Amino acid sequence: MATVKTKKTTKSKKASQIPVRYRVIGTRPIRHDGVDKVTGRAQYGADVQLAGLLHGGILRSPHAHARIRSIDTGKAAALPGVKAVITSADIGPVTDRVVDLGEGATRLQHLRDNILASGKALYQGHAVAAVAATSPHIAQEALRLIEVDYEVLPPVLDLREAMEAGAPLLHEDLHTDDLGTKSMQPSNIAKHLRFEKGDLEKGFKKADQIFEREFLTSMVHQGYIEPHNATAFWNADGRLAIWCSTQGGFTVRQQAAAILDLPVSSIKVIPMEIGGGFGGKIHVYLEPVAALLSKKSGKPVKLVMDRAEVFEATGPTSGSHIQVKIGARKDGRIVAAQAQLAYEAGAFPGSLVVCGMMCIFAPYDLEHQRIDGYDVLVTKPKTAPYRAPGATNAAFASETVLDEIAEWAGIDPLEIRRLNGAKEGTRRADGLVYPRIGFLETLGAARKHPHASAPLEGPNRGRGVASGFWFNVGLKSSVTAAVNSDGTVSLTEGTPDIGGTRTSVAMQLAEVLGLAAADVKPQVVDTDSVGYNDVTGGSRVTFATGLAAIEAARDIERQMAERAARLWGVPASKVKAAGGVYRHATDSKKKITFKELAARLDETGGPVVGKASLDTSASAGGGFGTHIVDVEVDPETGKVQILRYTAVQDVGKAIHPSYVEGQLQGGVAQGAGWALNEEYFYDDQGRLANASFLDYRMPTALDLPMIDTVLVEVPNPGHPFGVRGVGEVPIVPPPAALANAIYRAAGVRLRQLPMNPGRVLEAILTRDGKPPSKA
Amino acid sequence: MSEESKKPPAPSSASPEASGRFSRRWFLQGVALSAGTAVLPGEGLLGGSAFAAPQAPARIGPEPVQIALSVNGKDYQVKVEPRVTLLNALRNYLNLGTNTPIDLTGTKRVCDRGSCGSCTVILDGKTVYSCSVLAVECQGKKITTVEGVAEGNQPHPIQQAFVECDGLMCGFCTPGFIVSSKALLDRNPHPTPTEIRRALNGNICRCGTYNRVFQAVELASIRMKVKGG
Repeated sequence: MATVKTKKTTKSKKASQIPVRYRVIGTRPIRHDGVDKVTGRAQYGADVQLAGLLHGGILRSPHAHARIRSIDTGKAAALPGVKAVITSADIGPVTDRVVDLGEGATRLQHLRDNILASGKALYQGHAVAAVAATSPHIAQEALRLIEVDYEVLPPVLDLREAMEAGAPLLHEDLHTDDLGTKSMQPSNIAKHLRFEKGDLEKGFKKADQIFEREFLTSMVHQGYIEPHNATAFWNADGRLAIWCSTQGGFTVRQQAAAILDLPVSSIKVIPMEIGGGFGGKIHVYLEPVAALLSKKSGKPVKLVMDRAEVFEATGPTSGSHIQVKIGARKDGRIVAAQAQLAYEAGAFPGSLVVCGMMCIFAPYDLEHQRIDGYDVLVTKPKTAPYRAPGATNAAFASETVLDEIAEWAGIDPLEIRRLNGAKEGTRRADGLVYPRIGFLETLGAARKHPHASAPLEGPNRGRGVASGFWFNVGLKSSVTAAVNSDGTVSLTEGTPDIGGTRTSVAMQLAEVLGLAAADVKPQVVDTDSVGYNDVTGGSRVTFATGLAAIEAARDIERQMAERAARLWGVPASKVKAAGGVYRHATDSKKKITFKELAARLDETGGPVVGKASLDTSASAGGGFGTHIVDVEVDPETGKVQILRYTAVQDVGKAIHPSYVEGQLQGGVAQGAGWALNEEYFYDDQGRLANASFLDYRMPTALDLPMIDTVLVEVPNPGHPFGVRGVGEVPIVPPPAALANAIYRAAGVRLRQLPMNPGRVLEAILTRDGKPPSKA
Repeated sequence: MSEESKKPPAPSSASPEASGRFSRRWFLQGVALSAGTAVLPGEGLLGGSAFAAPQAPARIGPEPVQIALSVNGKDYQVKVEPRVTLLNALRNYLNLGTNTPIDLTGTKRVCDRGSCGSCTVILDGKTVYSCSVLAVECQGKKITTVEGVAEGNQPHPIQQAFVECDGLMCGFCTPGFIVSSKALLDRNPHPTPTEIRRALNGNICRCGTYNRVFQAVELASIRMKVKGG
């Protein structure tokens, strides 16, 4: 995911001519899974019931950092009803190696140690042992009987302290990979990376003013509503089945195979309906543990986390420390930009600091840049991706400094972005040269939106603007599509449907074949039943699985044309297909619809199945968004109320506009929560103090206004319909947009997230007695 | 929104919920009360007429006790320990002693601490978080879950409106929103946008579909009015 290749346009566009006026694309059919979900019938992982099912539980470390001297499971194993107790010893010996998980590589030892701690517990909540019993209550009681002898070690909770020499080490064998060279001393800094373009010093010499600022953001959680769950059955024939909530059945299969030392082909993963993921349901936590419990007990075992476990032990996203130095001329042109980003990896290496580095100045055409990144270990849970991972932290820093520069130069915030904005041909610091992108178009649309010019009356109110970028990925997708005799098509996918992709993918197949969306029956299936698919992540499914569906549709169309040719006794080359009708090229009397032809497959050669397996990485299209927000700041409490919000985004082509608008609104909702309220709050011993929805407060209906969306459509040249990923971009601008609005409302620049009432009030009270500036 | 919040609250009626002043704090006070009742067996739990178990023992538990629950118009006999919440009973116990499979997993366990609304059910006309009510407290009361909102095999107009307005993304919080919306329209068939927003403030949607949820409830309200509902 970290590498972005230069794009080129797709090659084959010949099989059928895509109509310019779409019949299905751009409409809003109802979702195929809608009724199941509103009636409570949809089956999620925790709803799985199997004969003889055992219930598991996990014992977790109460300490943030501790050496495990010994674990005594004897009493727990003896409790009536307990069928299996396991520790890391049950995983078996491991020869450490680097394993490729399709979305990045990791050390096998780290992958295993995060599932069940061996040697040391590295964060509060780190799994130490697990049990399976005949009821959840017995499992919980058994956990209390496991005796663990810990040698408590000092925690390392502050990112900057963790980077210092002499800080307590999480991994004694970990040396910094410093720009490709291994450090001599072990360290908590797993990696130092750098991107460089132009001559930074030369650039800064041209500046009339240099702005140097420092930012802090807290660890935040994806907050998906459905807790992690896994049910596993290790059959006597050595085959392992796993039912779980995941963004990718195939990545669960790969991770479980690596951890359990099994061939991938002996594992079948059945992805159930998924209750939100946002990047947090890619790493495995429970699946291998349930498998080991099943192996030991001979029965199927179900594990379901409670909310505290989700907070304490699953992937939050990195807190960060970011320093930005930008040189600008009086006319608002930026002449040099430098950034240093340090991201919390949590207990094992692998923060997505590289994504933050790639995104921090991505919206701008800057000649001279240097960006340094550090991946830093702290005694907190291993971080996981969260919607545009790394980009939101980065944009909070760069976009608020840009706002400051706009004010200094006396230029409108939208105008300074236009002045410096990236376009086709702009080269990013990490090397990529943009193909056709739509950043400037989002600025233009934002300017035209009534929100940009609406008067903002009343005291303590302000308007803020910010932009953001996310690359969007392509990766691999496979589908098969079978024509039914009633003229419908059953579409088989392997990318779990998190927010309507069954429908948005089905619509693309329907468009090519001239069918209605309802005539396509999409389903997400297990890993034995479809070709390989990468995860639902990187805003890729409507794009990449959509491309696969288009290819499968063309495959079907070609076969159907052959069938029509057979019916008429003419060569296939004589049959032309368009909009679901197959016509003889010269004899206008000979025509047949898709539905009519589908009913006659048996007499023309039997079933028709289309298929496609693609690696779409080269043609994914990056996305930009520009947000405008109005806030009112209560000067007595520091509370920020969002009055109005408008999100503008280049979406390429909106297949199902409702879903695209929903993604924009959802991203804003999460970004606003991150900006104003959410944070991991640790005590000095490294215990998470707010592991519940009451104390980790996510936005409710009363916290958010109606969120207006503007879909700008600058087609991605890498997709026949122009699709770009849309889901991640909208979480990137909100914290910066809100910080800029708070400044206009209250005259204080906040450079730390969250901007909760306490922090805003403190800033107001220490404001140099300066009155708030006017918007 | 700020203009909406400046409007005076609707005239007060029986409960804070009905007056539009429902809050999570108010709800939790309610939970605390019922939990307090639950730890005093004999004094309130089985003493009140609401709990019509015949020949109730003076003290219940810790062993499983036989109770009767009326869920979606069907009567179930279940044996549960007193600590079993209504949520747990719905999801995991309602088939014990019968051949019927468990089919009430629509009510979702999310926070298990009365703070997200995904397990909302209607108990004698009022919404409760089923994770924060004990099953033994619910005897003699009418329980409606998301499965009981549909009219036979036909989705309820609220459910239909959620589908049409895309008032869901991942769908996991949706059962709670459906049930809360049903309870709202039952007592206030034509709520204002502010009343809808407030009535649904006890439900969290992390996908951020609030805007569409409100549209769905408005649409359902209009349709039910046309139908004379």
